[in-house]
Amino acid sequence: MIILGIESTAHTFGVGIVRDKDPFILADVRANYVPKEGGIHPREASRFFATKAHEVIKQALEQARISINDIDAIAVALGPGLGPCLRVGATIARALASFFNKPLVPVNHSVAHVEIGLKLTGARDPVIVYLAGGNTMIIAFNDKRYRVFGETLDIALGNLIDVFAREVGLAPPYVRKGVHVVDECADKGSKLLDLPYIVKGQDVSFSGLLTAALKHYKTGKYRLEDICYTLREIAYSMVVEVSERALAHTSKNEVLLVGGVAASRRLQEKFKLMAKIYDASVHVVPPRYAVDNGVMIAWTGLLAYKHGVVIPVEKAVVRQRWRLDEVEIPWRS
Amino acid sequence: MAFRRGGDTLEKLELIYKGAEAYLFKSTFLDTDVIVKYRLPKPYRDPLLDRRIRRDRTILEARIIARVKELGVPVPTLYMVDPEKAIIIMEYIHGIRLKELINHANISIIETYVREVGKSIGIMHSAGIVHGDLTTSNIIVKEDTPYIIDFGLAQYSDELEDKGVDIHLFLRSLESTHPRFVDRLFKAFIKGYEEIVGSRGKESILKKVREIRMRGRYVEERRLRKQ
Repeated sequence: MIILGIESTAHTFGVGIVRDKDPFILADVRANYVPKEGGIHPREASRFFATKAHEVIKQALEQARISINDIDAIAVALGPGLGPCLRVGATIARALASFFNKPLVPVNHSVAHVEIGLKLTGARDPVIVYLAGGNTMIIAFNDKRYRVFGETLDIALGNLIDVFAREVGLAPPYVRKGVHVVDECADKGSKLLDLPYIVKGQDVSFSGLLTAALKHYKTGKYRLEDICYTLREIAYSMVVEVSERALAHTSKNEVLLVGGVAASRRLQEKFKLMAKIYDASVHVVPPRYAVDNGVMIAWTGLLAYKHGVVIPVEKAVVRQRWRLDEVEIPWRS
Repeated sequence: MAFRRGGDTLEKLELIYKGAEAYLFKSTFLDTDVIVKYRLPKPYRDPLLDRRIRRDRTILEARIIARVKELGVPVPTLYMVDPEKAIIIMEYIHGIRLKELINHANISIIETYVREVGKSIGIMHSAGIVHGDLTTSNIIVKEDTPYIIDFGLAQYSDELEDKGVDIHLFLRSLESTHPRFVDRLFKAFIKGYEEIVGSRGKESILKKVREIRMRGRYVEERRLRKQ
């Protein structure tokens, strides 16, 4: 079985082609939208996608050395994400499905991050920590679904460090040689400042931390390195603390880190220190598949399609706020 | 110094609960049974941050317990607080957890207890305090009085949202421990709550609870409602 998957939820238009035996990845092509300044402008990103899409799909088919006729089904991320961006991927997927008469498989972007992490690390039944630009969630599988044990009450962890980096002039670029600029700056700091640490039950809140960190920066009284150090210490510790609660509560013995922020070395160290208390192992999705990509959509689409999950073309509409705990997962028990 | 018999130091610490954040020990202090709550240091936090968090949370929990007791709500008595060591020593409530009692006692007696709990929470909410982890495991009945315990996640808050979460959590724990009597018991709880906050306070909190339950996290309820 061969599945083509399309990702277009935020800044990446990605097409992946996978099959149901190893090596499972046949093609992985991506086009990244990089804003000239500020954060993602959804409409600009969507225009960029529209101009790149045909090229990316063509390249993917070439890389896989197959023709569109060899594809069994088209998978597409219908959400969650930015509306204009999502619509590009959805439109193309619907067009391919109806023109070439292929089944269409709806994929939840968050579920796809989890599934590619499980596939590539071999973790069996972990507490999953999904940390990205738009998402911060502590997840565990239970009774047919991925359940959310804790999450951010406001902005995501990736959003916190990206916005901070941008506002204080550290970014763009946000990542240099695989290291986030805030991580890089924090490595040179050592002094813990007084910034708020906000954990409410199982949930975290970052917006107060962002505001306070920026205020500290604007006074000019503190070294930027120390602000970065404190911001990182507090933000990461908050996430590790709620993950610890989920691990203790579920009695699972694995932790899996997925999403773009998972690449942070310091974050991984903290998770390892925590997991040691419970004799649990820590798995991290490889950096290339921690960020948005088409392969994870194709892979999740393959799992879903094998269990009969398909959607009629006319019903394949995007859902900007589609939560992962709304999705039935028939391929796990 | 007969009254000092048994000493004023802790004796025979017996670990009775291992939580992610704290350990609970049973011990004796000044000849009475006590609970010693010790917040654990975490190796993954900067040492200064770790000390600050454990100290602040110890102080907050102790302050809230003291304040709630002052309001007349049955809670454990505080005996000693050491913020630097992150230790709270408090009364050991000799009783039975409501969670266990629900399955054994007469339902109308449980109803009166739950109504008392509703009153207690109404008093706390009116004073701007939320419990943060209100479940039937965190209520101990001693001599016909339901005591509220574990203020580890309690906060000062006047947000309807936070209060709604308290009630939602309580309802959810009723659903999981004793689904057959959920409606009766929740009605009793709300009756007690209304005695304190009035009918308008009751209406607005119930509206909030419904809203919380309709959100994504609790899609099960949303799905059922649509059918």
